[in-house]
Amino acid sequence: MRTLTVFALLAVALVVSAAAGILVGAVAIAPGDVLSALLGADNTNGTIIRELRLPRVLGAALVGGALAAAGALLQGMLRNPLADPFVTGTSAGASLGAVLAVALGFEPALVPLAAFAGAMAAIALVWRLARLGGKTTVLTVLLAGVVLTSFAGALVTLVLVSSDRLALRLRAVLGWLQGGVSVISWNELVVAAIVVAVGVIGAVLLAPRIDAYAFGEETAAALGIDLDRTTAAVLATTALLTGAAVAIAGLVGFVGLVIPHALRFLLGATHRRLIVASIPAGAIALVLADLGARTALAPAELPVGVITGLVGAPFFLALLVRSRRVIV
Amino acid sequence: MSSVVARGIRAGYQEREVLRDVDLAAHAGELVALIGPNGAGKSTLLRVLGGLLRPSSGDVTIDGIDIAALDRRRIARHIAVVPQVFETLFPFTVREIVALGRTSRLGPLGTLGAEDARAVERALDDIGAADLADRRIDRISGGERQRAVLAMALAQEAGVLLLDEPTAHLDPAHQRATLDRVATLARVRGLAVVAVLHDLNLAAAFASRVVLLADGAVIRDGDVGDVITPQLIKEVFGAGLRVVAHDGRPFVIPEPASIGERRARAG
Repeated sequence: MRTLTVFALLAVALVVSAAAGILVGAVAIAPGDVLSALLGADNTNGTIIRELRLPRVLGAALVGGALAAAGALLQGMLRNPLADPFVTGTSAGASLGAVLAVALGFEPALVPLAAFAGAMAAIALVWRLARLGGKTTVLTVLLAGVVLTSFAGALVTLVLVSSDRLALRLRAVLGWLQGGVSVISWNELVVAAIVVAVGVIGAVLLAPRIDAYAFGEETAAALGIDLDRTTAAVLATTALLTGAAVAIAGLVGFVGLVIPHALRFLLGATHRRLIVASIPAGAIALVLADLGARTALAPAELPVGVITGLVGAPFFLALLVRSRRVIV
Repeated sequence: MSSVVARGIRAGYQEREVLRDVDLAAHAGELVALIGPNGAGKSTLLRVLGGLLRPSSGDVTIDGIDIAALDRRRIARHIAVVPQVFETLFPFTVREIVALGRTSRLGPLGTLGAEDARAVERALDDIGAADLADRRIDRISGGERQRAVLAMALAQEAGVLLLDEPTAHLDPAHQRATLDRVATLARVRGLAVVAVLHDLNLAAAFASRVVLLADGAVIRDGDVGDVITPQLIKEVFGAGLRVVAHDGRPFVIPEPASIGERRARAG
């Protein structure tokens, strides 16, 4: 009953926030005109709605949903609410992959795949580093994540400064890195949506196996989990979701951290329910954050990462303080 | 009716060999207690039996099948391990935890069927945890959590049950209740049970057979009265433990050091 209520509320909130995202913007457009624009009116409003606001709202929804699902996966496998793609260095790896792809002149549609490759390399490396001590704990993963995030960040700066192609668009690229859904074409959106869809299917299929990690890896193995294969599948799925999200919106922090954690209070711990709910909840959060980002200081735009950072960082700290007893 | 048999086990971690040529068997209906000092290799042996640590030589068979030839899923259908750590930060309900015992029977889409749901309810009933089913695992007492993970292992419906110090964090009443339950299950369900026990008196009270391990080797394997003897206990655990007989059962009583010993130590 409670589960149904939560899902119904999420559905309503998703529709409302998407509508708000399309209706509100730097240019005031009457709701009636928005509707006719969506239906294909051939005028300036039509262009603004169809080529700017709609892809932007869809992009934000994809990014939020993907990051929240990825966060739920990582938290489940590490059995700790402190993990997400951002703090594990996965997002940083994805941003390096994306920046390299742009610097090397790849097709824009290929950027999500390059971001996926970067995310995969980063999370595989973090896991390997974290394993050096024997057991994979959230503490070692976070430490390895911090190191990798700095390293990838330095490489991104190096590429930005030394690439002629990027130097011309430095401002736009920096804005994207800070987390922004501003420049997105339908082509990029479609590619990212396909990648996210594959990731979501993987996440939902893997969810019951992640439940088995509740008492740690050894118990998961005793319950019948093939640790190597399952871990690899979870990391690859996380990288897919993160890669697509970063390709669209750069480094958006904390959505993957906060959403699954908050939903756990409402829906309990089992991961299939949690992941399925995380997708609309993450989408809502980022559509609203993006709405805030482009209206708070209008006509100037804030990177959406600023909003999620302002809300998410204190939340992360509170979580860290509360759970330091069990962090290792 | 299952049995687990380990032969000629050598195993360890990296450079350090912990087990040196160990044989151990547990048959249907038996509760075999694994006793020995810290570092004797009891937990390592249990990991080998559960297929969680590959021995460098020797083999483990269940009903004659070498587990090295089975994947994790198949092993989990034959051998259940009761975890020693049963803390989680996530708000799973007890029923959800017990359902984890069915992980090895998940369908291709990761779903459980009606038979799995029945196994979960049966395990909850068997362990007397049905009233806990909808409680959150992070909000019940240590003893209740212990029952929940025991029910989880039972839901696996494996013929072999392995327990690593199942009574470690329990008060005496819960220690007794847990082992009584496990011994009964072994008898009634025909499970082959191996339990690492630190408390020699619990081993003496509930085990159908005792295996004394020291320094990675089996010192003695036999009936309670043949293993927990004054001579063997002194040999393996050192002085200071008195073994007395009561009700036809050995009791191990720790003795304070004598005045002479204390003086000698103080030098």
